[in-house]
Amino acid sequence: MTILTNMLFSFLAAASFGIMYNVPKKLLIKCGTVGMAGWMAYYFLSENNVDPLASTVGASFTIAVIGHVYARLYKTPVIIFTIAGIIPLVPGGTAYRAMRAFVQNDYGNAMSLAAKAFMISGSIALGLILSDVFYQLLIRKKVPVGK
Amino acid sequence: MEAKLEEKYDIMDVSLIAGKIMLENGAETYRVEDTMMRIAQSYGIRDSHSFVTPTGIMFSIETDEPTKTKLMRISNRTTDLYKVSAVNAISRRISAGELTTVQAYRELKAIQKAPMFFPFWIHILAAASTSGCFVILLKGSFDNVLPAMIAGGLAYFIVLKVANIVPTVFFSEFIAALVGGAAAYLFYRMGFGGDLDRIIIGTLIPLVPGLLITNAVRDLMAGHFISGLAKGAEALLTALAIGTGIAVIMTLI
Repeated sequence: MTILTNMLFSFLAAASFGIMYNVPKKLLIKCGTVGMAGWMAYYFLSENNVDPLASTVGASFTIAVIGHVYARLYKTPVIIFTIAGIIPLVPGGTAYRAMRAFVQNDYGNAMSLAAKAFMISGSIALGLILSDVFYQLLIRKKVPVGK
Repeated sequence: MEAKLEEKYDIMDVSLIAGKIMLENGAETYRVEDTMMRIAQSYGIRDSHSFVTPTGIMFSIETDEPTKTKLMRISNRTTDLYKVSAVNAISRRISAGELTTVQAYRELKAIQKAPMFFPFWIHILAAASTSGCFVILLKGSFDNVLPAMIAGGLAYFIVLKVANIVPTVFFSEFIAALVGGAAAYLFYRMGFGGDLDRIIIGTLIPLVPGLLITNAVRDLMAGHFISGLAKGAEALLTALAIGTGIAVIMTLI
């Protein structure tokens, strides 16, 4: 049940974000599935006690790989899929708790939370980078660029 | 001779307008450069150079005549991925040789003038829906969804409206976080939703600069350091503006 709820709401969240960024109507469902796949990857990894940083890398890698496949299939820029996908991974909660600790003059906690939020953002970037490299090494070789 | 000269400028204009639309609506820098050069190439320009930053495009083409260069200033940027993908589709058709420069120019102009793909109120609804979904994704309970949706929709409404009235960057995000946070706190005090933290996080999610983060990373990876750093700084300052807005609320509580 929890899994189903998570799937449904991550799908909705990514698709809604797609609407906010004016993603073409026919691609919204695909945006939603990218977001859902990424969030489920994150969910399963973190539920199985994988480190949050590693889970984030795994999830953003999943998102970007699916994004690249979709971009090829539907001949659209890859960012359309990745943007909506990574939104659920953004460390909003951690950043918020860091900000709250700062305001309460609890600088020790605030710094460690802020560092954590920063590291998670870095992990999102790392996942995207890894998948781009992966894509360039594996897929681009088969199809010459430009044609 | 005269006609040929004009033709060359047409190619430049098509490339530039395509680049301008893409950059203004949230494409990555390398995609803008790539599209512009591909368009020029498909029209038979063997050598072209483009230099794109978030605030301007420089483009030059080399022909038998002296090199021509044009500069285009980009002053306001929004996010409309529909236009990005529409220009991308046109660029593909140009590469396939389906469009003449005049046809391409007209189609690009039409895209530039087109209104937002989704109307305003749908944007607000989408923001509200994102806020609500996040409460659930962050393991919150269902009774917090509705307050988060209302506060999130309100925050997004304000960010769009204030950006139109006050051109100062980051101010709209600050005010939106302030009002969104205040609304969330009000709901919490009224007993409408019991988990203030999750309501506030949900409220702020529509303001997160997701596009900037993604584009900053992709630009840096592609070696566009100026654009990448500029977008990274913009994302960081946006996040700070949101954080400051919410911090003000928290000090008042």
